Amino acid sequence: MSDHVLDTPDATTSTGSNTMSNRPVVETSASLRDRESNRIVFDIDDLDVYYGDFRAVHDVSLEIREHEITAFIGPSGCGKSTVLRCLNRMNDLIDSARIEGSIKYHGVDLYDRKVNAVEVRRRVGMVFQKANPFPKSIYENIAFGPRISGYKGDMDELVERSLTQAALWDEVKDRLKESGLGMSGGQQQRLCIARALATNPDVLLMDEPCSALDPIATGRIEDLIQELKHDYTVVIVTHNMQQAARVSDRTAFFTAQIDSDSDRRTGLLVEFDDTESIFSTPKDERTENYVTGRFG
Amino acid sequence: MTLASTDITTSAVASALQGKKVDTAGTIFRAALLATLVFTVVVLLTLLVSVVQDAMPILSGEPLTSEVRSDLVDTTTDPPTITQFGETFDVQISTDAAGNETYFQLDERSFGDFVGGNVNFTNPAENGIKQGIFGSLGIAVMVLVFSIPIGVGAAVYLEEYSKASRFTRLVDVNIRNLAGVPSIVYGILGFTVLVTALNGITGGRSLISGGITLAILVLPVVIITSAEAVRAVPQPIREAGYGVGATRWEVTRYHVLPYAMPGILTGTMLSLARALGEAAPLILVGAQTGFFTDPEGALDRLTGNFTALPMLVFNFTRQPGDALKTEGAAAAIVVLLLVVLFVNATGIILRNSFEKKRS
Repeated sequence: MSDHVLDTPDATTSTGSNTMSNRPVVETSASLRDRESNRIVFDIDDLDVYYGDFRAVHDVSLEIREHEITAFIGPSGCGKSTVLRCLNRMNDLIDSARIEGSIKYHGVDLYDRKVNAVEVRRRVGMVFQKANPFPKSIYENIAFGPRISGYKGDMDELVERSLTQAALWDEVKDRLKESGLGMSGGQQQRLCIARALATNPDVLLMDEPCSALDPIATGRIEDLIQELKHDYTVVIVTHNMQQAARVSDRTAFFTAQIDSDSDRRTGLLVEFDDTESIFSTPKDERTENYVTGRFG
Repeated sequence: MTLASTDITTSAVASALQGKKVDTAGTIFRAALLATLVFTVVVLLTLLVSVVQDAMPILSGEPLTSEVRSDLVDTTTDPPTITQFGETFDVQISTDAAGNETYFQLDERSFGDFVGGNVNFTNPAENGIKQGIFGSLGIAVMVLVFSIPIGVGAAVYLEEYSKASRFTRLVDVNIRNLAGVPSIVYGILGFTVLVTALNGITGGRSLISGGITLAILVLPVVIITSAEAVRAVPQPIREAGYGVGATRWEVTRYHVLPYAMPGILTGTMLSLARALGEAAPLILVGAQTGFFTDPEGALDRLTGNFTALPMLVFNFTRQPGDALKTEGAAAAIVVLLLVVLFVNATGIILRNSFEKKRS
C-alpha cells in the first residue's frame, strides 16, 4: 500500500524523464526494473503466442507493476489484445492457442500445469471491448462472480460497494432488479467494470473498454480507471493514443509485421517505456511514426 | 422569366424524383412470394376442412345409422324392434318413392364416448380411441424423458466441451445423416433391439419399446437443434462468465443453457410433434391393430399391449364401412391434431417465458 501512495502520476513521469537520458535503448525493461520500487505483478519474458502453426505474437518481454496503469497501444492486428488475454489465460478458450516463453504472476508461472485457469481469472479480472452484461438483472450481474467463488459475506453490501467503485451506484440503485441490457452503452461498460471488481481481483485487464462509447462516456470511464489505480493494477489495451497518454503510467507500443513466408501479420513489441517518454521522446522510429500519426 | 425557369427546374426535379420506371421484377417477385404463401394456406385449410367435415358425424354426436335385414325385424311392436345377441333394439323404417320399406338400426354416439372408449371394430358405434390417446401421451412422456437429457447433453458436449477435431466433425456429420434416415429403419432397430433382444426388460411389444424407439428416432433432431441453439449463444456472454472466474460447468449451467433454452425448447417441441405423428416404426415395434384389453397396473401398462393415435388412424382406414374408415379415422386425426396443438402451445408458452428471462 505504501508503494502506490508515493506513486502519483507526477512522481512517475518526473523520474521517467530524469533517468531516460542515461539509459541504454535496448535494455528498456531491465532499466525500468532497476529504478522502480513498485512490485512486479506480471513478468512477461520472451512470449510467443501461437494459434495452431501461426505465430500471432513474438518476443514480447515486459513487466507490469502494481498500482500502475499499463497501456498497450498499436495498430490493428499487432497482438496487443492477444498478449492481454494471455494474462488471465483467456486464450485457453481457443483450442489452438498456445504460448512459448513465460508469464510470471507474482513470481508464479501462469502457464504451469498445476495452475488452474479459473483461479487465475478470479484474481485477474477482465473488461471487454464491447460491454457484455449477462442477460440478467443488474444485481445478478454483480453477484454472479462472488457467488460462484463462494463469497459468504453480505451480498447486498458487496453489490453496492462494487457499483459505487464503478461510479454507477447512484444511477442504478433504484433499479437493481432490472435487466443490465436496458442501460446505456457507457453504463453497461461500467456495470462490467463493477462486475469485474466484485470478485475482488488483484489486476484489472481492459480490452479497448471505450472503443464503443461516446466521448462523454469515455471520459467517465477514464476517470474511473484513474480512481481504480489506487486499489488495483490496471492493464488497458487501446486504439486511442490520446487515451493511453491521458490515463497510463507506462505504455507498450506493439506493431504488426507481415511475415514473408505466410503473408500473415505477426505482432511484436517495439517499445515499452514510461508513457511520457513514449509520446515525447520515443526511441524507435516506428513508435515515433505511430504516435505522431504518420502511420496506423 | 426567372419564375418560369424556376418552374422548369422544379418540375424537372419533381418528375425525376417521382420516377417513371416501373419495378416489374420487384412486383413479380412480390406476387410470387404471396402466391407461395396463399398456396400453403389453401392446401392446409383444404386438408383441415375436409378432415373436420369427415369427422363431423362423430364430433357432433350424430347417431350411427346401419341398415338391418327386414326379415329379422319384429314389426309387431311399436316402434319395430330387432333382437340381436339377446338384446333388443328399436328400428326405424324409411319408405322410398316406390313404397319399399327399409329398416335402420340407430346407435347413439357421442364425441365423449369416442374419446373415452376402447378400440372396437365389431361395433363401430362403440369404437373409441382412449387407448390411442393414452399410448400417444405415454410415448410423448418417454420421448421427453429420454431424448431431452441425452440430446441436450450430447449437443452441449459437442459445442462446449469437445475440441474441434476430425472425429467431432465426423460425429456431427453422422448425426445430421441420422436425422434423415427413414423412420421405418428406426422401427427395425426397435424391433430387433428392444422387442426381441431386450424382451425381458421391455416386455416385447410394449409402450416402453415404442416410446424408446421414437425417442431414438427424434434424438438426432434434438441434438442438431440444441447444438444450433447452444452455438447461437453470443461468445461475449461466455467470456464474461469465464472472466469472473467461472468454470466451464458454471458458464454452461448459468449462462449458456438459460440463453439457449428457447431454441432447445423449439427443437424439442418440433421433435415431439413428429414423434406423436409417427406410425411406421410403431407397426414394426408391434402396436396393437385392433381390440385389446388394457394391461392392469402402472408397470404392466408400460410393458404391456399398447397403441397410439396414428396407429389407430392407420387401422381405422383399413376397416370396412364409413363409420370407421372415414368418420373414425377423421375424428382420430382431429384429436391427434389437438394433442399436437396442445404440445406446441405449451412449448411456445415455455419458450416465451424463457425469452423474457434472458433480456
